[in-house]
Amino acid sequence: MPITATVNGVRQSCNAPPEMPLLWVLRDTLGLTGTKYGCGIGLCGACTVHVDGAATRACLAPLSSVGGKQVTTIEGLSPDGTHPVQRAWQAEDVAQCGYCQPGQIMAAAALLAKQPNPSDEDIAAALVGNLCRCGTYQRIVAAVRRAARLQKGEALAR
Amino acid sequence: MITKVSRREFLAGAAVAGATLTLGCHFEADAGRLIAADAPTLAPNAFLTIQSDGRILITVNKTEMGQGVRTALPMLVAEELDADWSQVAAETASFDPSKYGFQRTGGSGSIRGAWEPLRRTGATARAMLVEAAARRWNVPAAECRTSNSFVIHPTEAAKKLGYGELVADAAALPVPDAKAVKLKEPKDFKLIGQRVARYDNPAIVTGRAVYGLDVRLPGMRFATLLHPPAFGGKAKQVDDGAAKAVPGVEKVLLTDRGVAVVATNTWAAFEGAKKLRVTWDDGPNAALSSAAIRAMFAEKAKAPGDAARQDGDFEAAFAKAAKTLEAEYEAPFLHHATLEPQNCTARVTAERCEIWAPTQFPNFVMDEARRITGLDAGRIKIHVTLLGGGFGRRIEADYAADAIEVAKRLDGAPVQVTWTREEDMRQGWYRPASLHIVKGGLSPDGQPVALLHRLVAPSILGQRQSDGGKGVDRGAMSGIATMPYSVPNFRAEYVRANTGVPIGFWRAVFDSQNAFVQESFLDELAHAAKADPVAFRLRLLDKSPRLKNALEIAANAADWGKPLPKGRARGVAAHASFGAFCAQVAEVSVEDDALRVHRIVCAMDVGTVINPSQVEAQIEGSIAFALSAALYGAMTIEKGRVVQSNFNDYPLLRVSEMPKVDIHLVKGAEAPSGAGEPALPPTAPAVCNALFALTGKRIRRLPIELDA
Ligand code: FES
Ligand code: FES
Repeated sequence: MPITATVNGVRQSCNAPPEMPLLWVLRDTLGLTGTKYGCGIGLCGACTVHVDGAATRACLAPLSSVGGKQVTTIEGLSPDGTHPVQRAWQAEDVAQCGYCQPGQIMAAAALLAKQPNPSDEDIAAALVGNLCRCGTYQRIVAAVRRAARLQKGEALAR
Repeated sequence: MITKVSRREFLAGAAVAGATLTLGCHFEADAGRLIAADAPTLAPNAFLTIQSDGRILITVNKTEMGQGVRTALPMLVAEELDADWSQVAAETASFDPSKYGFQRTGGSGSIRGAWEPLRRTGATARAMLVEAAARRWNVPAAECRTSNSFVIHPTEAAKKLGYGELVADAAALPVPDAKAVKLKEPKDFKLIGQRVARYDNPAIVTGRAVYGLDVRLPGMRFATLLHPPAFGGKAKQVDDGAAKAVPGVEKVLLTDRGVAVVATNTWAAFEGAKKLRVTWDDGPNAALSSAAIRAMFAEKAKAPGDAARQDGDFEAAFAKAAKTLEAEYEAPFLHHATLEPQNCTARVTAERCEIWAPTQFPNFVMDEARRITGLDAGRIKIHVTLLGGGFGRRIEADYAADAIEVAKRLDGAPVQVTWTREEDMRQGWYRPASLHIVKGGLSPDGQPVALLHRLVAPSILGQRQSDGGKGVDRGAMSGIATMPYSVPNFRAEYVRANTGVPIGFWRAVFDSQNAFVQESFLDELAHAAKADPVAFRLRLLDKSPRLKNALEIAANAADWGKPLPKGRARGVAAHASFGAFCAQVAEVSVEDDALRVHRIVCAMDVGTVINPSQVEAQIEGSIAFALSAALYGAMTIEKGRVVQSNFNDYPLLRVSEMPKVDIHLVKGAEAPSGAGEPALPPTAPAVCNALFALTGKRIRRLPIELDA
């Protein structure tokens, strides 16, 4: 039985084994390579996506766990890269190698959706599972704060 | 912050055929790029192409691995070209040294190497465009100026022509001698020195950036390998029944380097590899352990090594000194742990080999491709992808050898080989471990008069020679042989102590541990002399004014000497490497038996700063890298193999542990130095010196253990 989920707004049916991690379905079956492999065991956050809006480690989520759900990857966070978090990430010039950044951005976006005014502790708690070997942490925190301000500005403008 | 159009937008806009001023660049077929076949081209070098629509393509001959070369190198060209930065696009060169010269990326050398030639490339093209405009207007070229991709002649009705409009005319002109073109005075720089946003930002934040692991080709297979767990081991027997039963697994192959599982997706390959039953021959290093290596180092440390530097007479001065100190320091093997695990994609047929490699040294990939396929270099094409971190690990080409070996056995089907994190951890080329003997003598008034630093460590290059190499390993002595302090009687010694553990270049390699030891021991001497550690250093730095200046700036900015809240202390360290001068002050506390680094003030002199945002990013990154190592990093060897396997037992610094990093770039007019590594060496000693100031406990072995 194929498993059906909505990925970045598109309904996808997949015949892969139900225990196949979402990470590899995204990357190798659907060709959505923005979601990265770093550790495979939930320790690095490079594979973070949203499942029904919640930050989820795609390397640990079996395909069967997303049946009927909404999956959002970095490619689907915004149509044109203008999500407040994506804009803030560019404004703070966060990325070094950039490999961890899709995961960082997805974790940050999930945090801000839940908590529009996160404290520094909230930010650290939401991102503590996302490793960055290049050491961009100082800018990541600055970018989350900036994204919160941008998001607030947008909410006011609406 | 200056932002710009992405490459994708560039290509879309560029899909209009037209004349192109190409300074030597001969385009490879690159999807989406359209250059008219009859477009005029010139060939003094391969790095710059100006199209008739005004767009400017700069070909970068270094690997982008987070250090920002795809931004900084184009900035050098664009500065002298007076280009409109929003019209500039960057591409990474595929491997072709006959066109692109020295394509190896490492040693914090990209900017240093490109500083002059790339500015000359821009200036050469600018001169041609000016000449073309001057001829059209029938005015002397010397009366024209350039700005933002226009040539301008300042008559009453100011004449102005865009670069794009001039391309065809300029391309027909002779190329001036690049060595003769005039470069700008630094005061006239418009782009150099600006906070220019990273070129790849738009691609990275949308997930479009293509790393090695993201290469996708029609019909591509996915594979992984199990390598011999022990260094120098071999597969003796393989039972692949259970592996082949995993849905999606297509083949199990024995290669020279291990056992490969080929599948329809990476996960199936990983699952298949888990189910392989391999009997390994552990080879010559089966008994190797960290304890045995330490014992070997200790034994070798007893005899003097080869002198790498000798000032005065250490023995005599040490014997006469009013006060003497002796200590042993140790540093472990360390892993790069790039967040993108090792991987490579290849397609091999009888006639051709094509490789997509996340590599710092494509020349080594070429060597492997020629060796494995037997093809000539002309039949081998190497594309260099973005790297999810390099740090020296991707100087090696073992991952490429895997992909080529597997591809060779797949009848022309492309294959991507991905190592699991566990394989990546255990199949490394580790930062060498070391043991250091240090001795110091003080005069009655507390001046250091004698200093010995004996490094006992394996040689990275030596271990690749059949005899292990001989004499002083200059690279290993980096920072010791160049010790900057004025101590009249100083000896630097190297004791070669090769082990069976594969070792390689790492961020700042030997400067990392050499500075840890030198700067910690200097702190020991300062305390023994009852001197302030900053004042003690400053007195000894008259011969290294740039380091001295950096130290003064860092100390001032960190409020050195001013009181701190209870439970906090500061420590200082300074080190010169890769042409740069760096001083740091760390502020630490111990809470709940855990060391916390709250703040690092860093002053660094890199000469001319091309892009402050990127130099600062490299400083932040180097400090985080150093802290991961100081707090956690150790690869342990047992039974000839690495014990660690993933981020649970090889932890990296997390966001909650990142100190506030305060950066002070020293304004200098000198040519730029390296920037990707020199901020790493001072961090560990600054932290350890702060810990000593706080607790009286001296850390002489990394990683830091509070209760050791
Ligand atoms: S790959 Fe999923 S957490 Fe590391
Ligand atoms: S930017 Fe390289 S791992 Fe985070």
